[in-house]
Amino acid sequence: MAIADLANPTHFLKFANRAIPVLGGLASIAFAFGINQAINSPDDYQQGATVKIMYLHVPGAWLGMLGWGVMTVAALGTLVWRHPLADVAAKAAAPIGAAFTLMCLVTGSLWGRPMWGTYWVWDARLTSVLLLFLLYLGVIALWRTVEDPSRAARAAAVLTLVGAVDLPIIKFSVDWWNTLHQPASVFRMGGPTIDPALLVPLFVMTTAFTLAFFAFLLAAMRNEILRRRVRTLQLMQAGAVS
Amino acid sequence: MTSLAAILVRDIRVSVRVGGGALIGVLFFLIVVTLAPLALGPDLNLLKRIGPAILWLAALLASLLALDRLFAADHDDGSLDLILLGRAPLEIVVAVKGVAHWLTTGLPLVVAAPPIGLFLNLDAPAAAALVLTLLVGTPALTFMGLIGAALAVTLRRGGLLLAVLVLPLTVPVLIFGVAAANAAVAGPAPFGTPFTVLCALTLASLVIGPFAAAAALRQEME
Repeated sequence: MAIADLANPTHFLKFANRAIPVLGGLASIAFAFGINQAINSPDDYQQGATVKIMYLHVPGAWLGMLGWGVMTVAALGTLVWRHPLADVAAKAAAPIGAAFTLMCLVTGSLWGRPMWGTYWVWDARLTSVLLLFLLYLGVIALWRTVEDPSRAARAAAVLTLVGAVDLPIIKFSVDWWNTLHQPASVFRMGGPTIDPALLVPLFVMTTAFTLAFFAFLLAAMRNEILRRRVRTLQLMQAGAVS
Repeated sequence: MTSLAAILVRDIRVSVRVGGGALIGVLFFLIVVTLAPLALGPDLNLLKRIGPAILWLAALLASLLALDRLFAADHDDGSLDLILLGRAPLEIVVAVKGVAHWLTTGLPLVVAAPPIGLFLNLDAPAAAALVLTLLVGTPALTFMGLIGAALAVTLRRGGLLLAVLVLPLTVPVLIFGVAAANAAVAGPAPFGTPFTVLCALTLASLVIGPFAAAAALRQEME
């Protein structure tokens, strides 16, 4: 089956039915390794055991941004190619991305309390991630306000493209402003500044969460396609009765 | 060109006449600013320190007020369809409507800010800085708001949704507007840096706003 065949919702459903268990299984295996490694990884010499929050915080941040990235690509698909599957992907990605962004915010807040002495500071990184969360909620609200799905998709796509401006701001906020949040320490020029003993479990956990993200995304897209079919059938039935 | 001028004149005329509600924004601005000392207490030193922030916040909220009718009213009476059919590029028409909206809702806020600032114990240099930042910053609020107005055009209860969609987009303007106004008052930080960023945000929104709003209108209206 070629990639282009996936554009057909029926083919996509077949693909999703096969891919979801595979992705879920791989995610479970990765979680089994990752959690084991994370628990057995050494404590930080300054932060003690609280450094383990990182294994949830960093994947949350990455997937919160990836979620908006997926929505941005889908928004282009919606506006340029008018593809219904792009609408479905954008709608399905929004709550998942919002959930991971919330996970990032909550874990970061719990990490900040022992390390910085406060649950929250208004520095650029934290504020821009909070903004991302609010943008997610705005997009979800838009999806839930407009009744016609394809019209909602196009409205949400415009908002998504405008909101994508926040992604580079989040990424570079620690470089542009002097923040309490630490600067980039994994993907940076000159290699990571984290010790391999912490970096390897972080990498495994991030992989596990990413696999889970795509499993959730495919499952949510499958549900959305089925929901639309039900809606169409109901409309047809209502039309036939009246 | 004449059609654009006609739209500009028409929008201004509609908004200053009965039912247009151009000056309700200023009234709302005054009321929000009045509420702030009632909530915070009448400490004049405190008000002097946070006055620019209160005025900026009130201006931000006031600029949202009339926004939900900006395209919705045209949609209701059918003139939006004529605009879409017209020969003038939709992006430019949207920008012109944005300018008209700013002239009737944004500019009055800028003019009203210094006298209302007296309530918050603002002295003359602070008021001057505030007027300057509002003058530069409120167009950005209007033009980012255009996007929300276009998205909410066909919704029956667009007003609340519009605020939810637009307010996150206006955060940078608020941050740098208040930073510049504060720098002029309290000042260890220079006024120029946040002010130039504010100018840049406004220029960017003058481009992004009309294009995104026009795209949204085209998508919604087909």
